[in-house]
Amino acid sequence: MIETRGLTKLFKDKKRGEIRAVDGVSFTCAPGQIYGLLGANGAGKTTTLRMLATILEPSDGTAIVCGHDVVEAPQKVRANVGFLSTATALYPRLTAQEMVEYFGRLNGIGEAELKRRVDEIFSRLDMNSFRDRRCDKLSTGMKQKTSIARTLIHDPQAMIFDEPTLGLDIMTARTILEFIRECRQRGKTVIFSTHVMSEVEKLCDVIGIIQSGKLLAEGSLASLREKYQEQDLEEIFVKVVAPHYKPEEAA
Amino acid sequence: MALQNIGVVYRKELTEALRDRRTLISTLLVPLLLFPLLSVGFGALAFTLLKEAEEETPKIMLLGGADSPGVLEALRAGKKIEVVPATPDWKDKIINKEIRAAIAIPDGFETSLAQQNPLTVEIYKYKGELKSSISADTVEKNLKDYRDKVVEARLEADHVSSTVLTPFLIKQDNVAPPEKVGGAAFGGIIGYMVILLCLTGGMYPAMDLTAGEKERGTMETILSSPIARFDLVMGKFFLVLTASLVTAALSVLSMGISFWGVQHLKIIDVAKNPDAETMQLQVTLPAVLSVFLMALPLAVLFSAGLITISLFAKSYKEAQSYISPLMILVILPAVAAMLPGVELTAKLALIPILNVSLLCKELVTGTYHWNFIALIFLSTCVYAAAALFLAVKMFQREDVLFRS
Repeated sequence: MIETRGLTKLFKDKKRGEIRAVDGVSFTCAPGQIYGLLGANGAGKTTTLRMLATILEPSDGTAIVCGHDVVEAPQKVRANVGFLSTATALYPRLTAQEMVEYFGRLNGIGEAELKRRVDEIFSRLDMNSFRDRRCDKLSTGMKQKTSIARTLIHDPQAMIFDEPTLGLDIMTARTILEFIRECRQRGKTVIFSTHVMSEVEKLCDVIGIIQSGKLLAEGSLASLREKYQEQDLEEIFVKVVAPHYKPEEAA
Repeated sequence: MALQNIGVVYRKELTEALRDRRTLISTLLVPLLLFPLLSVGFGALAFTLLKEAEEETPKIMLLGGADSPGVLEALRAGKKIEVVPATPDWKDKIINKEIRAAIAIPDGFETSLAQQNPLTVEIYKYKGELKSSISADTVEKNLKDYRDKVVEARLEADHVSSTVLTPFLIKQDNVAPPEKVGGAAFGGIIGYMVILLCLTGGMYPAMDLTAGEKERGTMETILSSPIARFDLVMGKFFLVLTASLVTAALSVLSMGISFWGVQHLKIIDVAKNPDAETMQLQVTLPAVLSVFLMALPLAVLFSAGLITISLFAKSYKEAQSYISPLMILVILPAVAAMLPGVELTAKLALIPILNVSLLCKELVTGTYHWNFIALIFLSTCVYAAAALFLAVKMFQREDVLFRS
């Protein structure tokens, strides 16, 4: 379970002064559910998710992730979360196996158990052919699988994906989307950010539309269609966002 | 703080560092090659060049002196020189190094000599040019020998003993043991080298582990793991410290081997070059160990400082541009310690880098001022602790970690 309560993040910028990147965002995502955070560039998606993964500290408000407060117990939150984004790269000079093992050890998994889990994940994701290859020598697809294995090694209850398919080709993107679905099937709490409408339509149980750091609309695809009297998600998105859209924020 | 986590980070960083060519070159190769090259290679080269200059038969142009054949003979009598006939462009020839020097003998020189009417013989040289200076000295020596003979002949003619000119003798003697002689000449350089290599050894790993991590996009990955940021920065810090210390240790080791080599392999022949005695450095094991011990807190200071500065950078390149000025900041006090006459005082003992550099100069000569050693060790420890504290604080600042 992930629950945010008035989550707020302020940044100081020399030119623009104080920026409210995330402004009082509150939502809930239950286990076995995929929550899709939909927003344009600079809307506040990444900052929100980084706060949930405790990479950034909220300026105000808080979030409870798997029973732990992100402000009070950030390490416990991270031990229960798998975080994946296009910005989470791999260590180029480690092999795929070393990479996954490193994160297993950082999660405090004992050596015997770690070996069992690595073997299991590498077989499940069909990674045995390149387990001893250095990460800088892997193809994009192999890298994505290694990243997935890295997020799974400590078997987290919640998964946070920040635009995980950004810049990927269709086949690699499909692997990721498949993996997100699988997480839901296993009863994990999944939060997923994107600006690709089709991904949201296919995957998400609940959709939150965010702009200028504020959560402007929330609900299932069906309820949003009914509320905004539009079938196409893109049209709904534009209807919600347009009155609040500031092009300079996207930069 | 969890030691186990620090260990996990350290082991991983070590694995990566050992696979990084740049780190291997700066940490292992440079210190291993620098001292042998500097002491044996450069030393041998300098001696060869000097010997070559001394053994050369210099071309000396004779201006005038047609009526004084005796001087000419005396010039040729001493160390071998090649006398070339006069040309009007003799000055240009000296400057263009076609001839080494010129000697002007005034007209009627020998007649004046016989009349005991002193005239001046002028030697023209290219000041600062080694071979020209050596040649001018040779000519002067030959002329002095000739003058001594003239004096001797005159005294003999007047029935006066030649000892009248040397009522007493003067002799300089060295009382310092060889390690102190060499230490005084080279102590400064050793401290300087160890300090510089302590810094360069940690430089690449520090940049790679911070700015490099940001650039490659692994910073967010590691921050999403449950490790505490303190443990993460400590793991990284210990790796940079290892690199810095390994470089320092290897440089001290290779320095010892190099000087041993210079002494035992007879690269510089002391019998033939008495001056070369000062070129020898007898490094004792306690001296090596104490130099290394003093380098320890300095390595901590450098490692923490390097991490702090390079963490601020967004990329490897940016980190390099921040660290280059730092090199000058470190080199300046280290060079200042090498200046003649700069000695340790209580005030200087508090100036970081300069203090260790000055102390190393003393240590290699076998001088142990324990009060200074304690003061310098403690003050460097305080600076090191402050730098480490700053590095940890930097790692907790979001605006530094996610600077864009």
